[in-house]
Amino acid sequence: MAEKFVAKTSEFADGDRRIVFVGDNEIGVFKHGGQFYAYSNFCLHQGGPACEGLTIARVEERLRPDKTSQGLYFSETDMNFVCPWHGMEYDMKTGECISDRKMKLKKYQVIQKGDEVYVVA
Amino acid sequence: MDLIADRGRRVPIEELNTSRLLAHARKQAAQRKFDDMLIVDVDAHHYENENFAEILPFMENDVFRQLAMSARAKGGRGAITVQNVGYQDMGGRVTRYPLRSSEKTPDGAIRDVELGYRWMDAMSVDYSCLFPTGMLSIGLHPQTEMEVELCWAYNRWLTEKVLPHSHGRFFSMLCLPFSDPDASLRQVEAFGDRKHVGGFMVTTVRNNFAVNDNRYMKVYRAMEERGLVLSFHSGPNWGEPIFKSCNRFLTAHALGFSWYNVVNLSNWVINGMGERFPRLPVVWIESGLAWIPFLMQKLDHEYMLRPSEAPLLKKKPSDYMRDMYYSSQPMEIQDMQALECTFRMMNAETQLLYSSDYPHWDFDLPSTISDLPFLSEKAKHNILGGTAARLFKLPPRNEKQKENLKKFGNLTAAA
Repeated sequence: MAEKFVAKTSEFADGDRRIVFVGDNEIGVFKHGGQFYAYSNFCLHQGGPACEGLTIARVEERLRPDKTSQGLYFSETDMNFVCPWHGMEYDMKTGECISDRKMKLKKYQVIQKGDEVYVVA
Repeated sequence: MDLIADRGRRVPIEELNTSRLLAHARKQAAQRKFDDMLIVDVDAHHYENENFAEILPFMENDVFRQLAMSARAKGGRGAITVQNVGYQDMGGRVTRYPLRSSEKTPDGAIRDVELGYRWMDAMSVDYSCLFPTGMLSIGLHPQTEMEVELCWAYNRWLTEKVLPHSHGRFFSMLCLPFSDPDASLRQVEAFGDRKHVGGFMVTTVRNNFAVNDNRYMKVYRAMEERGLVLSFHSGPNWGEPIFKSCNRFLTAHALGFSWYNVVNLSNWVINGMGERFPRLPVVWIESGLAWIPFLMQKLDHEYMLRPSEAPLLKKKPSDYMRDMYYSSQPMEIQDMQALECTFRMMNAETQLLYSSDYPHWDFDLPSTISDLPFLSEKAKHNILGGTAARLFKLPPRNEKQKENLKKFGNLTAAA
């Protein structure tokens, strides 16, 4: 396993993402809520660039105690990233596919050394 | 360029470049040696509304042309095609929709052809059947005259300004103004013999017709005599009364695309159209495949008990369904055993035609066919292009493709 340089920490703002290439492999590195997350950039659906699309808060439907719907809301806490090919959504914190949690993008370790961010691949 | 995310938050995204967006498709194509295989996409799209400035002058009637051009002029408050409610871009999640206008093409290039080459080359698609997008709803237009005029203008523009400049890689099944059978016949006679025309397409999102109506027999006969293909292109229509109870686009979209072809195919089969026009190839487009086993079983079950209502039939409805062709997208790859059963029931090896539907949101890559574990090599070659090559008389584009077409019995008509 090698450490691949991603970016300077000081140049990696919250909400940013980088795509790094390790041989034929591609890894998407996100910074969200002060944390780094890194996943395979190959969508589990048809192989699209899973990490290169929109980041968007999860949509949730809230129910009242009597089970009636209160409507749709953006989550206050959970962020997704979206494959731009077909809109497949993944959980930023786990890489799980939102529509089937058994499907999960390969996750990579991210390490910081001083002002530099590396991904272990 | 920024995209709008939750609560108006702006997310910076680079401008669109289709080749770059589809870089992984190109990678798949190289890994699978797709360039050695003739691949035909029988259902791809462009956005003809971006070309209305060129299309509308081809309208024949002075009054309708003036209405249409004025409606689109700056400050004009009109609309010339029916716009369906819907969220194809998934709230911006499918980024090529909002970014589309940012993609650059060289000066002098025909933009729709240039963009087409980019995704075709990425997927290793050799030929594409080009269909419009907004005009798929032309059957909902309240004015038959406007439907006729717009179809005429679009068909002229496509066959004169676009298809001849694509080095033979685009062909089309032109839009029939199906609300007017006489006008449909006239357009078959006017355009049916033009180069790059493989047949004609009926947009099935409409309520004013039955495909078995006597008034259409002359249209089908004219197509059959010319060796053309008849296709029925489905679509969603959230405004359809039965779908008004659907509170999500997902539901209206999933059901609508299947529903219109379910209804029209049922009328086609039960009224013995397969017996009346046995040499007219018919293709059912963009309904996916899951509805086919359902309808085969349903129609066969009823026919066994009520043959007196379908006296023209000489075999079961499912047998007629197996005589027709189906485009593959959006292929429901959810339960592999169910999909394998579907392929078996429909004789996919000879009746299924690969389609991408690109650039629409639920497009399918050629790998959706090539990676199926239960298909023979022959079936993969046939579905991805061999069967379409025979149907539309498309030649191989390199020696390897020629070898493969020959190997799987698809060369004769294509060469």
